[in-house]
Amino acid sequence: MTYKQRTFLGNILFYVGNTVIALIFVSPLIWMISASLKPEAEIFKNMNTLSTFLPTGASVSNYLEVFSRINMWKFIGNSLFYVFVIIVLDLIVNSLCGYALAKFRFKGKNALLTLVISLMVFPMEAIMLPLYVEVANLGWVNQWAGLIIPFVAKCFSIYMFRQFFLDIPNDLLEAASIDGCGPVKSFFRVVVPISGTVYATIFILDFVAHWNDFMWPLLVVTGEEKRTIQLAIQTFFGSKPINYGPIMASLTISAIPMLIMFIALQKYYVEGIASTGIKG
Amino acid sequence: MKANGIKRKSEIKAAYLFVIPALILLIAFLILPALSTVRYAFTNYNIMRPDKIKFVGFENFIKLFSDKSFWQAVKNTFYFTVIVVPFQCILALGLALLISSRRRGVSIFRAAYFSPQVTSMVVVAILWTVLYNPNPDTGLLNAFLKSIGMDTCQFLNSPDTAMNSIIFMSAWQAAGYQMMIFLAGLQGIPGEQYEAASIDGAGKFKQFIYVTLPGLKNVIKYVVMITMIQAMKLFTQPYVMTKGGPQNSTRTLVYYIYEQGFQKRHFGYACTVAAVFFVIVIVMSLSMKKIIKAD
Repeated sequence: MTYKQRTFLGNILFYVGNTVIALIFVSPLIWMISASLKPEAEIFKNMNTLSTFLPTGASVSNYLEVFSRINMWKFIGNSLFYVFVIIVLDLIVNSLCGYALAKFRFKGKNALLTLVISLMVFPMEAIMLPLYVEVANLGWVNQWAGLIIPFVAKCFSIYMFRQFFLDIPNDLLEAASIDGCGPVKSFFRVVVPISGTVYATIFILDFVAHWNDFMWPLLVVTGEEKRTIQLAIQTFFGSKPINYGPIMASLTISAIPMLIMFIALQKYYVEGIASTGIKG
Repeated sequence: MKANGIKRKSEIKAAYLFVIPALILLIAFLILPALSTVRYAFTNYNIMRPDKIKFVGFENFIKLFSDKSFWQAVKNTFYFTVIVVPFQCILALGLALLISSRRRGVSIFRAAYFSPQVTSMVVVAILWTVLYNPNPDTGLLNAFLKSIGMDTCQFLNSPDTAMNSIIFMSAWQAAGYQMMIFLAGLQGIPGEQYEAASIDGAGKFKQFIYVTLPGLKNVIKYVVMITMIQAMKLFTQPYVMTKGGPQNSTRTLVYYIYEQGFQKRHFGYACTVAAVFFVIVIVMSLSMKKIIKAD
């Protein structure tokens, strides 16, 4: 075989192999979307042929049914709202702390850094019971505060911010100080504007983590008023009449905001998870 | 000298200003609840009757030892972890190797393998509950098994297969995440190493064993660690798909904590389970960290 033939064969193997595997891999999602577009009677017809993946007789009536049976917009809005508030507060609170740990000298700095690093692996699931009691005592059950405030400070974010800020050259900060910027001002005027990458990375990592929140909202959200999208689709799955078309439609709708976020910020997401893996 | 003193002072002031919000929140919502978990573990606390709280010493821990449901939950959690970690990591590495190429269009395949991550765990749990339907006329997987002439499977409806079904789905959903980490690791291996190996006459398989795997050693350890800790916290899948059944075969430790604390209202006892769970996770992650640091 010549070199050219070998490359050609390699290409064919690569594309055909990946196409077959990718199709098998995404087939559950294709089935979900196709079922969401089909009339109920069609969904379980021809299950044993490939046509089950085709949206025969496609219509949006399942989607309309979801929106007429439950207040989907509200639940998506609820999730978007509390997730965005967590993110904004996380970005402020943890970047300040991470910056202090990276660039300031103060008493207790090493102790705090050790604390932050050791709390990074802390499983939330182990403290959810007393946390619930605490939140209940604060009167935050079924309140936005109960969904948001406990999850603002994050050791992981603090650590990521610190690692990023460590690489900012001290010369730059000294120049700012000579220009008359105090440490607070130079953080906001000099450091923040050149740190877009780390903010975007934490933004998307946070969004993915909290959009997926399930156990905690299950505990603190009691009514429809503050119901999150994950709770909403889970409730919808169990509420009569159980029609699989609308259920699949509700699942598809709930994935759209995350899809948009990923498309917009995938570069930072990939960087974020890749850097955690390499730095360890 | 004096100006320096002022500068130093304002630095210290700024430092505390910057640190305090995060520190207060960490203490209030992480450290205090953690201490309370330990405290409640020695009481008969009932969330409906907080006035009746009583110190009971090691009673809960003694009860724990003879609690068959607890040991079943421990077993289920470890079973899930021991199977899902290698399965998911090998799957993720395989996918990363499939697409670690500079060919055109590779990003489409990457997106495909990553796509289950874009849907949430609740979404895939509901979807797969439908796909796992034991009836071959309504369950996609059984329809497939039947059409290739195999026996149908009870999947979530049988205690023998329920946990394996959850494992298979979880690995499918999450492998895209680990794949991304592996991919970054693969790109970090210098191309010259492959060239050198190839000149020495090493085929693809030998290159994988002698170049790829050693080059990925640290990444593999890290991925195994995060996958393991994640696996220990299994809750959403059994909650949505099986409610811990059938016959408690998918009731995990976190599920048991939830059930004891919030459904049966044995709050103190649930905290005992939580404290044990916490110790297990911490011991696991510390020993993994030690292994990682070992080289």
